[in-house]
Amino acid sequence: MPYIPHTSEDVRAMLDRIGVGTIDDLFDEIPKALRIDALEGVPDALTEMDVARLAGARAAADGLPLNFIGAGAYEHHIPAPVWALVTRGEIYSAYTPYQAEASQGTLQIMYEYQSMIAGLNAMDVSNASLYDGASALAEACLMAVRAHRRSKSARILMPSTVNPAWRHVARAITEGQGLKLDAVPYDAATGRIDPKSLAAFAGEDITAIVVPQPNFFGQLEDVDALTRWARANGALVIAAVNPVSLALLSPPGEWGDGGADIACGDAQPFGVPLSSGGPYVGFMACRMEHVRQMPGRIAGRTVDTEGTPGFTLTLQAREQHIRRAKATSNICTNQGLLMTAATIHLALLGPAGLARVARACIARTNDLVAALGQLPGVRAAFSGPRFHEAVLKLDRPVAPLLESLAAEGIIGGFDLARDYPELGDALLVCATETRTRADIESYARALGRALGRPKAA
Amino acid sequence: MATRKPEPLVFELSRPGRGATAQYPAAEAADVPEAFRRRQPPPLPEVSELQAVRHYTRLSQLNFGIDTHFYPLGSCTMKYNPRACNSLAMLPGFLGRHPLAQVSTGQGVMACLFELQEMLKHVTGMAGVSLTPMAGAQGEFAGVAMIRAYHRARGDLARTEIIVPDAAHGTNPATATMCGMKVREIPTLPDGDVDIAALEAALSPATAGIMLTNPSTLGVFERRIVEIARKVHAAGGLLYYDGANLNAILGKVRPGDMGFDVIHMNLHKTFSTPHGGGGPGSGAVGVGQRLLPYMPVPVVAREGELYRWLDERDLPESIGRLSGFMGNTGVLLRAWVYMRILGAAGMRRVAEYSTLNANYLLARLKEAGFDAAYPGRRASHEFIVTLKRQAREQGVTAMDFAKRLLDHGYHAPTTYFPLLVPECLLIEPTESESREELDGFVEALSAIRREAETDAAAVKSAPHTMPVRRLDDVRAARQLDVAWKPAAT
Repeated sequence: MPYIPHTSEDVRAMLDRIGVGTIDDLFDEIPKALRIDALEGVPDALTEMDVARLAGARAAADGLPLNFIGAGAYEHHIPAPVWALVTRGEIYSAYTPYQAEASQGTLQIMYEYQSMIAGLNAMDVSNASLYDGASALAEACLMAVRAHRRSKSARILMPSTVNPAWRHVARAITEGQGLKLDAVPYDAATGRIDPKSLAAFAGEDITAIVVPQPNFFGQLEDVDALTRWARANGALVIAAVNPVSLALLSPPGEWGDGGADIACGDAQPFGVPLSSGGPYVGFMACRMEHVRQMPGRIAGRTVDTEGTPGFTLTLQAREQHIRRAKATSNICTNQGLLMTAATIHLALLGPAGLARVARACIARTNDLVAALGQLPGVRAAFSGPRFHEAVLKLDRPVAPLLESLAAEGIIGGFDLARDYPELGDALLVCATETRTRADIESYARALGRALGRPKAA
Repeated sequence: MATRKPEPLVFELSRPGRGATAQYPAAEAADVPEAFRRRQPPPLPEVSELQAVRHYTRLSQLNFGIDTHFYPLGSCTMKYNPRACNSLAMLPGFLGRHPLAQVSTGQGVMACLFELQEMLKHVTGMAGVSLTPMAGAQGEFAGVAMIRAYHRARGDLARTEIIVPDAAHGTNPATATMCGMKVREIPTLPDGDVDIAALEAALSPATAGIMLTNPSTLGVFERRIVEIARKVHAAGGLLYYDGANLNAILGKVRPGDMGFDVIHMNLHKTFSTPHGGGGPGSGAVGVGQRLLPYMPVPVVAREGELYRWLDERDLPESIGRLSGFMGNTGVLLRAWVYMRILGAAGMRRVAEYSTLNANYLLARLKEAGFDAAYPGRRASHEFIVTLKRQAREQGVTAMDFAKRLLDHGYHAPTTYFPLLVPECLLIEPTESESREELDGFVEALSAIRREAETDAAAVKSAPHTMPVRRLDDVRAARQLDVAWKPAAT
């Protein structure tokens, strides 16, 4: 019996001790009419060897294509120690540190993670992670409404340059509480928010504005001007940032005059594999004045009865298991394993390593844009500074091109047709430090071949 | 594990100019324009690779995990996490795949996810499954949001109340609030079942639905579930099943057959994906016919031999997206491996042996003189012992027992939940524990009780052998220290 240790002698002795004849007797409080005798529609058991063979064949069929998509999930080198440590049983198979004395490892890692995230964002405090970047943004919007007591509108400015999937998630999660998410357009030439366009909202009760950096197109927003506008208009600032970029870019806590109020994003680029979409790890940091409105677990440093320093979950009065219907969020777990991966990843890279990664990302993306931009019918869509993604305009629909690239083992980018139809035939590409110049050349050659073929009718 | 010198913070190991340089990419001159530039480098540690490896290895050794200790944390289903689930979910073809890559390059992973959806439909008796919610609480959110969407689509805007029993997990009322619902709490009878008279009184044209856990958090099966379902449906409400305790009934009885309209499953409980120090979870939702149009997207579909994602275009009434991509795929793959290894018969054994272990442990603890909270009832896969008597007679509380258990090498059960049983230990042994382990746990609890009679102070000051003694939670909250800060220079 897989994963069940009982011998038939055990079962007999245990049933005798309970005082019943069979295991089925233990289910006698369940109405008979409800009970089933067998599970239909579920396959029979396989051995580990058989499942390994099946999984191996499927994983191999998916292959290892050369990837040039970012769009919210980024391929970076993951140092070997990260997952060797994360999958240690003491980390992998532990739970939320309810018994702090038997969970000091997890708690100290949370504290170190919080310190790193707070430091990267130049914020006072961080929680111990949320599910992913998209849901972290949704929670940040709800948090802003709680934190900004003078604002009655529950109205959040959500620029179109924020990741469209994140906008969808923010809407789905905040709708029940009546939040209004208003779009802000972007400038067609620069692919970023024109701070002057916010004049349309001047004098209105705006609870917060979301400021992405870099934005979904990879362009750098004028975060200082946007933050100043928010300050002048009584709105909070929610920064939605790529954490790798913070090695080089001004951190949310230092934006404008006085900085953003809440920073959030996805820490997936720190040691978390692409893994077909998750699990990733949302982060959230804020200024101290808002800490009691922050959702999620928080570890704190304290002392034990003998004065020895130690760690424990703190500010639990915000949380669902204490506050129930009045909690800041229904969230229960954080992303412990991925938070641990991010912490170890950052400890290994340090400030110098992370800055190198960020510079290599910029360099490779510049190389990519230059190489693809030389092809006929391909040009960069926007001017102005960017980080590690760029929008390319093409002279024909993107989807068939991506299919033909995929057939050659190249994942060529993210088709913007659905989310940004106004851009026409546009492709979002990304190159991190993991793409070599040779990779970029093979992409350019393959795209050149695809473009050389007659346009599809 | 003995009391030892505290492990320093990684920041305290840091020295300027040190680093795990094998991990750095080659230097590049590229930079961001001056106006966007960070003025000070981020305050991250600078340590060697060995220092990092040693530090995090040492920290891991301060933890209890399932791999090292019996972990009978009630309602959390801390069963063995098979290593195969991890190694197969981390095959390079699954791990390296970008979620937005063409589906033609993801047929392997989608085949696994589709099979998982199908298996979950069958074990829960539901008509459809969406795998996207990233944790139990998000599954709950999806469930209540679907109930809300269902009523709104019928133009019935008056249904704004969710009924929740007082024994429910805190996430249930918190979820209802997140969905903009009002919470109506109803009491539990002394035998552990829902108070049906109170339920009837609570039902009204404002009832959107009820959230139930069955077996409940009290470790007993709600015997009148069919009657409850009939009454809630008759009042126009829907039934939400909190799958926290699905382990207890897997393959024996199905929530869909009990009358539930929507369910979330905690794959990290019932289907043995790792708890990881508090996540990632995975809270797949199953729905009956009525709620199919509202499922969160994306959902995997099979068309002929090909798999594709159903999205908002296929399900225009969907409650929308809850994650940036398609949920915690890596967790879903682990659950898929587990279910394929177990098969149909193995899943039934999960319920059978977890229930056997719980009832055996309950019987042994009763023999040893402990008080069951619901003595007349059969245990499900978990049960509650109340230490009210010990607290009154010896002044030794459930918390003291819990802390002393750590010294005996056992993780403590869940304490002080559910809130309605005083001085409670909620004990869930799971099917993967051996009889010897359970016997050892009974001996440890018995030894602590004897110690409480002769040397209560030793129990009240426990733990004695952990890396730290009891921690000052009040200080932690009042003198908030939640992030290391570099010394001002």
